[in-house]
Amino acid sequence: MSKFLIPLGAFVLLAIVLAVGIKHSPEKGIIASPLLGKPAPAFTTTLLNDPGKTFDSAEFKGRWTLFNVWGTWCFECRNEHQALLDIAKRGEVRLVGLDWKDEDPTATDWIRQLGNPFDVIPTDHEGRIAIDWGVYGAPESFLVNPEGVVVHKFVGPLSLEAWQAEFLPLINKKS
Amino acid sequence: MKRHLAIACLLLITSQVSFAVDTTQMPTPELQKRYLGLTHELRCMQCQNEAIADSPVSLAADLRRQVAEMLNAGKSDDDVRAYMVARYGNFILFRPPVSSKTIWLWATPGILLLIGAAVAVRITKQRAALVDGDNEPVEEDARSS
Repeated sequence: MSKFLIPLGAFVLLAIVLAVGIKHSPEKGIIASPLLGKPAPAFTTTLLNDPGKTFDSAEFKGRWTLFNVWGTWCFECRNEHQALLDIAKRGEVRLVGLDWKDEDPTATDWIRQLGNPFDVIPTDHEGRIAIDWGVYGAPESFLVNPEGVVVHKFVGPLSLEAWQAEFLPLINKKS
Repeated sequence: MKRHLAIACLLLITSQVSFAVDTTQMPTPELQKRYLGLTHELRCMQCQNEAIADSPVSLAADLRRQVAEMLNAGKSDDDVRAYMVARYGNFILFRPPVSSKTIWLWATPGILLLIGAAVAVRITKQRAALVDGDNEPVEEDARSS
């Protein structure tokens, strides 16, 4: 009997370790951002529809912002676009849409065809801003509070449901 | 026929040869070595099981450019790692650092090895004791005689 005790004990132990691991493993592909609770990474860049003008991250201060990272090469961004338009219509936040590693003419066409949910569209032609934000795949969305601090990150196409479930409570809590 | 088969096999093998994703040349061999070391230990966040050195996706190229620029600017390897972790978290490191959160990750193999060694020693001792006191021929010997 005791012959089986050690393997049995080892098995139970392993089973527990794996069960805990499975239970606590984050949803595949979603990686906690070290950015949460930290000030929005600083950047200044030109605008898509007006390259003579710039957007500076200092402009995050003063109101709630949904900072969305997108690109015309990003398949899921097309699926997300309607949700962004819906969120924009609700008027709870300002939408800043970082056009990530894109061609300006293509992006301009995209906005013209699908509609523009964004109050301002900063561009990141070289992908440097996205790196500072820890972006690893578009679309990604960040909620920035009026103090300019990143309070939430959402990976993947945003939906109105996700907006209401994950973002709105954070906004209503503080304002 | 054999010849054709050989050629077919050769084609199969050579078609597996991957193209070099990264052609970056650092100014000195020393920097090149550090560059290759770092790009092989940073995870491509998009493809997750590839290092940025081997990944053809555009984000990996951007991160390689970042590594090269930081090394050329005289930053240390640890500076580069810290820069990446500050943005992407420990997940970007294929070798996570030892911390209170990851200590089990590092300790478990050692603990398992110790348990295995203890079991092995016990079994060996039991067997040895068995042999000492055993003067009868074992089953197989008995059968063959």
